[in-house]
Amino acid sequence: MSGLPILSLTIWVPIFAGFLVLFTGSDRNSPLARALALLGALAGLLVTLPLYTGFDTATSAMQFVELSPWIERFDVNYHLGVDGISMLFVILNSFITVIVVLAGWKVIESKVAQYDACFLIMSGLLNGIFTALDGMLFYVFFEASLIPLYLIIGIWGGPRRVYAAFKFFLFTLMGSLLFLVSLIYLYLESGSFAILDWHQMPLPMAAQQWIFLALLVAFAVKVPMWPVHTWLPDAHVEAPTGGSIVLAAIALKLGAYGFVRFSLPIAPDASHEFSGLILGLSLIAVVYIGFVALAQEDMKKLVAYSSIAHMGFVTLGFFLFSPLGMEGALVQMISHGFVAGAMFYCIGVMYDRVHSRQIADYGGVVNTMPKFAAFFMLFAMANAGLPATSGFVGEFMVIMASVRFSLLVGFVAASTLILGAAYTLWMYKRVIFGAVGNHHVAGLSDVSAREFLVLALLAFGTLGMGLYPQPFTEIMHSSVDELLRHVSVSKIQ
Amino acid sequence: MTLAEMQFAVPELRIASAEILLLAMACLILIVDLFVRDRNRTVTYLLTQLTLAGAALATFAVGTGQVSYTFSNMFVSDPMGDLLKLLVYISVIAVLFYSRAYVLDRPEMARGEFYVLGLFATLGMMVMISASHFLTVYIGIELLSLSLYAMVAMERSSAASTEAAMKYFVLGALASGLLLYGMSMLYGATGTLEIPALADRLFSGEVNDRIIVSFGLVFLIAGIAFKLGVVPFHMWIPDVYHGAPTAVTLFIASAPKLAACAVVIRVLVNGLIFVSSDWQMMLIILSVLSMAVGNFAAIAQTNIKRMLAYSAISHMGFMLLGMATGVIMGDPRFIVNAYSSSMFYVVTYVLASLGAFGTILLLARAGFESDEISDFAGLNKRNSWYAAIMMMMMFSMAGIPFFVGFFAKLSVLQAAVAGGHLWLAIVAVFFSLIGAYYYLRVVKVMYFDPPTSAAPIETTLDVKLLLSLNGLAVALIGIFPNALMMLCARSLSDSIVF
Repeated sequence: MSGLPILSLTIWVPIFAGFLVLFTGSDRNSPLARALALLGALAGLLVTLPLYTGFDTATSAMQFVELSPWIERFDVNYHLGVDGISMLFVILNSFITVIVVLAGWKVIESKVAQYDACFLIMSGLLNGIFTALDGMLFYVFFEASLIPLYLIIGIWGGPRRVYAAFKFFLFTLMGSLLFLVSLIYLYLESGSFAILDWHQMPLPMAAQQWIFLALLVAFAVKVPMWPVHTWLPDAHVEAPTGGSIVLAAIALKLGAYGFVRFSLPIAPDASHEFSGLILGLSLIAVVYIGFVALAQEDMKKLVAYSSIAHMGFVTLGFFLFSPLGMEGALVQMISHGFVAGAMFYCIGVMYDRVHSRQIADYGGVVNTMPKFAAFFMLFAMANAGLPATSGFVGEFMVIMASVRFSLLVGFVAASTLILGAAYTLWMYKRVIFGAVGNHHVAGLSDVSAREFLVLALLAFGTLGMGLYPQPFTEIMHSSVDELLRHVSVSKIQ
Repeated sequence: MTLAEMQFAVPELRIASAEILLLAMACLILIVDLFVRDRNRTVTYLLTQLTLAGAALATFAVGTGQVSYTFSNMFVSDPMGDLLKLLVYISVIAVLFYSRAYVLDRPEMARGEFYVLGLFATLGMMVMISASHFLTVYIGIELLSLSLYAMVAMERSSAASTEAAMKYFVLGALASGLLLYGMSMLYGATGTLEIPALADRLFSGEVNDRIIVSFGLVFLIAGIAFKLGVVPFHMWIPDVYHGAPTAVTLFIASAPKLAACAVVIRVLVNGLIFVSSDWQMMLIILSVLSMAVGNFAAIAQTNIKRMLAYSAISHMGFMLLGMATGVIMGDPRFIVNAYSSSMFYVVTYVLASLGAFGTILLLARAGFESDEISDFAGLNKRNSWYAAIMMMMMFSMAGIPFFVGFFAKLSVLQAAVAGGHLWLAIVAVFFSLIGAYYYLRVVKVMYFDPPTSAAPIETTLDVKLLLSLNGLAVALIGIFPNALMMLCARSLSDSIVF
C-alpha cells in the first residue's frame, strides 16, 4: 500500500475544493465555479479508486488505517479506516457527488458557487462519517453534514423549503443528541472513543438496552423508519434535484450504516432482544409505506415514500442476523443509492422543463422524450426490483433470508415486489405513456448531452450491479461474517 | 499574621502591576480627554487600546505559573486568573474595535467617558478575577457594575436606555445587598472573610453554626446568580441587553461572563468546596431553570438583542451544569474536569457572543440599530462573508460541530455524565435541541429570505479583519479544540490548591 493517506484525501479533497469554489464569489464567475466544482468532484472520485484496487477482500480488519491524536483532553483520535462494509459507500458517495454537480450544471442559476461548494463540502463530510473509527469523529461529521443539506434545501428548495429545512434539521438533531449522550457514556465506561474498543467491551444488559434505544432513535430518524419518517417526504419534495439525490443516495444510508457500525456490535444482546421490534417496524415500512406511496399525486413524494419502503428492507435484512440478509441489505443500500438517485434525477429532468411534479400534469412524455423514457423505464424497473437490475439482487437476498427466518415474515416482505411494481409502474404509465397530455408535454425536448451522460452513468451502475453483483458481495463477505460472528457472542458478563 | 506585619509590611505590588497600570492609565486618560479637541476622540480611543495591550503585557510578564498572594491575602495571582485576564483584555479590545463606528455615529456616546468607564469596568473584572477575599470580590463586582450602569445610560435621550439603566441599577443594587448579606453571615459563622482561610475553617470544623453557613450560602448564590443572570434572577438581562446601546450590550455580553465565571470558582470552589453538596444542588436547580426559561423564551423574540439575551441566560445555565458536577459524594476527582469544562464553555461563549454582536454593530448605522432579526434578511445576498460569520456564530452557539460551541457543550455534558448526572445531561441535550431552533431561524432569515434593504455595508478595514478573525477563531478552534481545552484544564489544576 502506498504511503498516501487515502482516506484523508477522500475527505479533504472535496472539502478543500468546496472552499476553493466558494472563493470564486459572485454569480458572474459561475462558469468558473462550475468547472472548479466538477474538477473537485472528479478529483474526489479519483482519490477513492485506490480504495477499490488496493482493497484486501480476505480480511475483515480495518484497512487504510490512519491514526493520530486529535483532542487529547478526551482521548479523541483522528482515526480512519474502512472495511468491506464502509468502503463501497465512500466510492458511491464520491460518484454521486460528480452526478450532483453535473445535475445542477444548467439548472442552478443563483449563488452557483455556494451551491456547488455545499455539495462538495457535504461529500467530504459524508466520507468522514463512513471512514471514522472514532466515535466522536463520527459524531462530529454526522452532525456537521446537517449544515450543508439544511442550506441546500433552504436556499435552493421549493415553496415550502423553510418548513422542510427546519423539519429535516430538527428531526435529525433530536435523534443525534441522545446519540451524543450514549457516546459520552461509552467513553466514560471504556476510557476511549475508539469504536473498535467499544465492540469488544462487555456491557450489562440494562446498559445495552438503553444504548440500543438511544442509538435507535438517532438512526431510525436518519434511515428513516416508520413512524419517524415524516421529515423525509417534505425534505425530498422541497429540496432541489441535487439535494434529493444526495439525500436518497447517501444521507439515508447513514442511519443504516450506524446500525451496522454501532448498534449491532456494541449492544449485541439488546439487538437480539429488540430484533422483533425492528422487524415489525421494518415490515410496517415495507407494506404500509408501500400503500402510502401508491396514493401519491406528486412524483417526488412517491419516490420518497418508496425510499422509506426500500430502507425498511435494509433494516429488515440487518436484524435477521444471517449472512444472506445482512449482505442483501448492504447490496440494497448501494443499489438504492443508484436507483433512488436516478429516479430523483429523472423527475428533476422533467421538472426543469415543465416546473411541475404532479403526475396529473404529465402523460405521453414518451412521444416527445423517447430517449429519456427509455432510461426512466430502466430505473423504474430497478425501483420495482426487476431481475437483472440492481434493485432485484438485494431484495431477493433479503426475501430469501426472511423466508428462512420465518415464512410469515418472508411472505410480508415479499409483498414489496407487488407493491413496488404497482406504485412505480403505475406512476410510470401515467407519466410516460398514453396520449400527449397537454401543451407542456407536447413542447418537451429530449435529454441534452449532459443529461444523457448523467443518466448513462447511473444506468451503468444500476445494470452493472444487477448483472454482476459478485464484486460487491465479495468485498463485503469477510466483514459481514466477522460482524455476525461478533453479534452472536454475548457481551453480558 | 501579627498586627505589626499587617500594618507595616509593604505589599508585594509587582503581581498586581497590570491592575495598577490600568488604574493609573484610566485616571490619566480621563484627564487627557479633557484636552482632546477632536470630536472623534481618536487619541482617547488609541490610548485606551494601548492601555489594554499594556495590561496584557504586564499580566503576561508577571505571571509565574504559581499561586501568589498579596495585599494581606486579599489578592491572588495564579495561572487561572492570568488566563482569564488575558481573555478579558482580548474581548474588551475587540469590543472597542467593533463599537468604534457605532459610537462615532451617536454623539451622546462619542465621549471620553465611554472609554474611561470601559477601562474601569475592565479593572473591576480584573479585581473580581484576582479576588481571594470577600471584600475584594465585592469591590470588583461593584466597580464593574457601577461602570456598566453608567455605560448603559450613556445614550441619555433614549428612553429605552434610561429605563434599562434604572432597572439594571435597582436590581443590581439589590443583588449586591444579597451578596453582602451572605458574606456577613459567612463571616459570622466562620470569623473570616479570606477565601482560603474560610476553606480551612470549614474543613477543620471551626464553625460557629452550620445553619448560618447554609443561610449565608443561599444569599451568596442568589447574589452571584443575579450577576450571572440565571433564572430566577435573570429579569434584568433581556431588558438591559435590549435597551442598552448595542456597543454596551456587546460589552456586557462578553468579558463580564469570564469574570463571573472566575468569581464562581473563587468563592464556591476555593472557599466553599467543603459544603459543595449544599451549593451543587442549588446550582443544578438554577441551571435547569435557566436552560428551560432561556431557550423557550428566546423562541418568541423578534429582536435579536433580546433573543441573544435569553440565549445568554440559557448558556450561563449550561455553564453552571459543569460547575455543579465537580464533587460527587465528597469525591473530588472530577474537580478539574468539571470546572475547566465550564471555563472552556464560557470562553467559547464569549467568542461567539463577540462575533454575533459584532455583526449586529457592523450592520447598524447612524439612526438605524439593526437589532431586529428581520434586519438580517437576505444578508447572504448583500454580503456573503458577513452572513457566513454570523452563521458560524449561530451554529457555534447551537452547538453544531465543527464549531467550537459543540466542543464546549461536549465538555460540560461529559462532566455531567462523569459526575453521575446522566439525567441532567439528557435534560441539557433536550434544551439544546430547542435552542437550535431559534439559532437556525437567524440562519434562515439571512440565507433563505430575500433582502429588505439594499444599503451597502460599510466598515473599516480593522473591523473587517477582526470580525473575520473572530469567525475563523470559532471555526478553527472548533477543528483544533485541544489546545484551548488543555490550557483551561492546566491553568485550573495549577490554581486550585487544597
